[in-house]
Amino acid sequence: MNTIATLRKGEIGYISEGALEFIPLKLLEMGCLPGAEVELIQIAPLKDPLYICVNGSHLAIRKEAASQIQILKSEF
Amino acid sequence: MAKNDIKVALIGNPNTGKTSLFNQLTGLTQKVGNYPGVTVDKKKGTCKLSATQNAVITDLPGTYSINPTSIDESIVLKTLLKKDIKESPDVILVVADVENLKRNLLLFSQIKDLEIPTVLAINMVDQMNRKGISIDLTALKEELNTEVVLISARKNQGIKNVKDAIIKCHVAAKASPMCDANYKIDPEYFDKLKAINPNFSLYELWLMVTQKNFPAAISKKEKEQLLSFNKDVSRLKKYQHKETIYRYQEINKVLKKTYIVDKSKATDLRSKLDKVFTHRIFGYFIFLAVLLLIFQSIFDWSSLPMDLIDTTFAELSDFARNNLPMGILSDLIVEGIIPGIGGVIIFIPQIAILFLFIAVLEETGYMSRVVFLMDKIMRRFGMNGKSIIPLISGTACAIPAIMATRTISSWKERLITILVVPFTTCSARLPVYAILISLIIPNTKIFGFYNLQAFTLLMLYALGFVTAILAAYILQKTLKIKSNSFFVVEMPNYKLPSIKNVAFDVLEKTKAFVFGAGKIILALSVVLWFLASNGPKSYKNAAENVTNNIENSQLSAAELQQKIGSVKLENSYIGIMGKSIEPAIKPLGYDWKVGIALITSFAAREVFVGTLATIYSVEADDENTTTIKEKMRSEINPETGKKRFNFPAGMSLLVFYAFAMQCMATLAIVKRETKTWKWPLIQLFGMTGLAYICSLIVYQILS
Ligand SMILES: Nc1nc2c(ncn2[C@@H]2O[C@H](COP(=O)(O)OP(=O)(O)OP(=O)(O)O)[C@@H](O)[C@H]2O)c(=O)[nH]1
Ligand SMILES: [Mg+2]
Repeated sequence: MNTIATLRKGEIGYISEGALEFIPLKLLEMGCLPGAEVELIQIAPLKDPLYICVNGSHLAIRKEAASQIQILKSEF
Repeated sequence: MAKNDIKVALIGNPNTGKTSLFNQLTGLTQKVGNYPGVTVDKKKGTCKLSATQNAVITDLPGTYSINPTSIDESIVLKTLLKKDIKESPDVILVVADVENLKRNLLLFSQIKDLEIPTVLAINMVDQMNRKGISIDLTALKEELNTEVVLISARKNQGIKNVKDAIIKCHVAAKASPMCDANYKIDPEYFDKLKAINPNFSLYELWLMVTQKNFPAAISKKEKEQLLSFNKDVSRLKKYQHKETIYRYQEINKVLKKTYIVDKSKATDLRSKLDKVFTHRIFGYFIFLAVLLLIFQSIFDWSSLPMDLIDTTFAELSDFARNNLPMGILSDLIVEGIIPGIGGVIIFIPQIAILFLFIAVLEETGYMSRVVFLMDKIMRRFGMNGKSIIPLISGTACAIPAIMATRTISSWKERLITILVVPFTTCSARLPVYAILISLIIPNTKIFGFYNLQAFTLLMLYALGFVTAILAAYILQKTLKIKSNSFFVVEMPNYKLPSIKNVAFDVLEKTKAFVFGAGKIILALSVVLWFLASNGPKSYKNAAENVTNNIENSQLSAAELQQKIGSVKLENSYIGIMGKSIEPAIKPLGYDWKVGIALITSFAAREVFVGTLATIYSVEADDENTTTIKEKMRSEINPETGKKRFNFPAGMSLLVFYAFAMQCMATLAIVKRETKTWKWPLIQLFGMTGLAYICSLIVYQILS
């Protein structure tokens, strides 16, 4: 299963529609919406947290939350 | 506050420039910084909107939505839910960042649905060209059905328009919901909710249900009805999710017509800098290098002004001595108060440089990168990446650092951070460390270039940090508190620091340091002086007893005077108090005079030097002005015949000051933030106990 946590550095994915209920409200409010494009910008030295850009927001989130959020990798 | 003043609340996402705008409107100088979570409490100021209309402006912490996840965010919810009708705002001024308008509008849409008159200020428009952004303002006003103004708080542009818009909005007093998202989700369910109390907007009622937070105007029965909606948690969660999606859909519709970004025009400095600063290996090296640079500069840049201050104060003492009438009171001024205050003033250069570096780091956006780098490590020690901000700013003062923990949403992580922050070396310890180091560590170079005294100080800072981390580890293992750790941090854009903001920050903090310490030293010196120059019968008979004692018949007149002085001091009120605690501190290598200084240091550490200066000045009636440092150097331990401040005793004192909890103001803040005396008392006894044991070990091993 592809999640934000399985992205490689610099790779882009799209949050899948089915992910909605697994996204914490706070992240949703910050722009992590189903269908949104996510780019993994940087992985912290100890592999956690992850630095992502989604919907124009640059966020650092923990791997734990990132691995809950399913994505599609194919670009349209 | 006059009756017809308009109450305005500044609300917006973190780091959008609310406080910058607040400062422009009110003329105050509240702290501004380039990372989310600078403001953690509300702050009021007044502003003249027009010739006849004033406003009371409230600056609030930043938040991404009205659903709070931490203490600072819940302050916004409480303001909006009209907990206190006198405090509830007439107009909300939503501050948005032009670069991330979409996300900023989410909060705006929630506030609109509360049906409070709202003005939208789009800030940082000076960045629009660089980012290739253009906005159709007229269309945006129409779509949002609100006053919208474009401003640059940093460049002081558009502030007049903000004031006009507030008045206009207040007069019109129109407040219509933006999307009423909830009705679209499940009309039946929300009709029932609305029926509970139609005086409130639907969204207000919905917030009461989801946040379990009720205004005074809600009756007990209504409260119960509202709580019954809270039973089906999964449904609540689902509706909150749906609501958010719906809001974003509406916002997208609006922005499509009004907001254009031309990506080809955007310059991207951020990703280049992030490649370096958050790099897997270089990231840490850069952080370490930054810390070392700060430390080195504190020393290199400050030596000249410090020498200047030192000589100025020596001259001031001389001047006072020559011009004041002889007597014990002028002794107090010349030898107690002036050196005591001088002992703090002399550190202005060092702490100002420290404050300068912290302010610059905070303004550039680098702090959030450190949070990102450190999260995993800090988590192992029971803290959070965000804990690094209090730990760094704690080197200035623990009080704002403890306030800054409000952004940490997990209570356990926040509590641990609060408890260990006082271990970091705050600026009040600097005067104590510096004088002790100069007494016991030779001024030589190690490795050919590094000053041994500076190195010792560096080690003391390191000791503070390491102890903080270890204490956190122990607390993590022992505290039985359940709380989920959640972590999302926004990474702000890099910015060139605004010289004005940095200057104000440094000035404000330095002023607080000097005046805070100055006041306590002045008051304590007078009290100490009184207690040291008065006493019971044995004090009054001291001169007689010493002179009549045959053992002393061999002494010269000068020696006799000295003897009388010290016997008098020992029999004064302060001497009696000091003597009574002496047995407890003797094993650490201190005499009762140092003991008194330790006790007064519980008010604030920086009075250590002033206390000793006052006590010594009462004891010795010598005419030649010697500096407090020389007096401490020549103080003899009568039992050993060696110096009082020798290497073992000095080291033991350094360790004591590194660990002991000697700051009343910090304890009071911890009480306020944790809402019980339990934690400040644990800090007081835990830290001071640790200090006692470690100092004991150090002294016994070294001596
Ligand atoms: N370029 C630019 N920068 C600005 C402007 N207004 C504020 N800033 C900068 O934005 C950063 C955040 O400003 P603050 O006023 O502290 O923001 P805030 O909204 O109060 O932040 P929190 O209290 O953390 O929620 C600072 O570095 C400011 O210097 C502006 O108009 N243009
Ligand atoms: Mg602020």
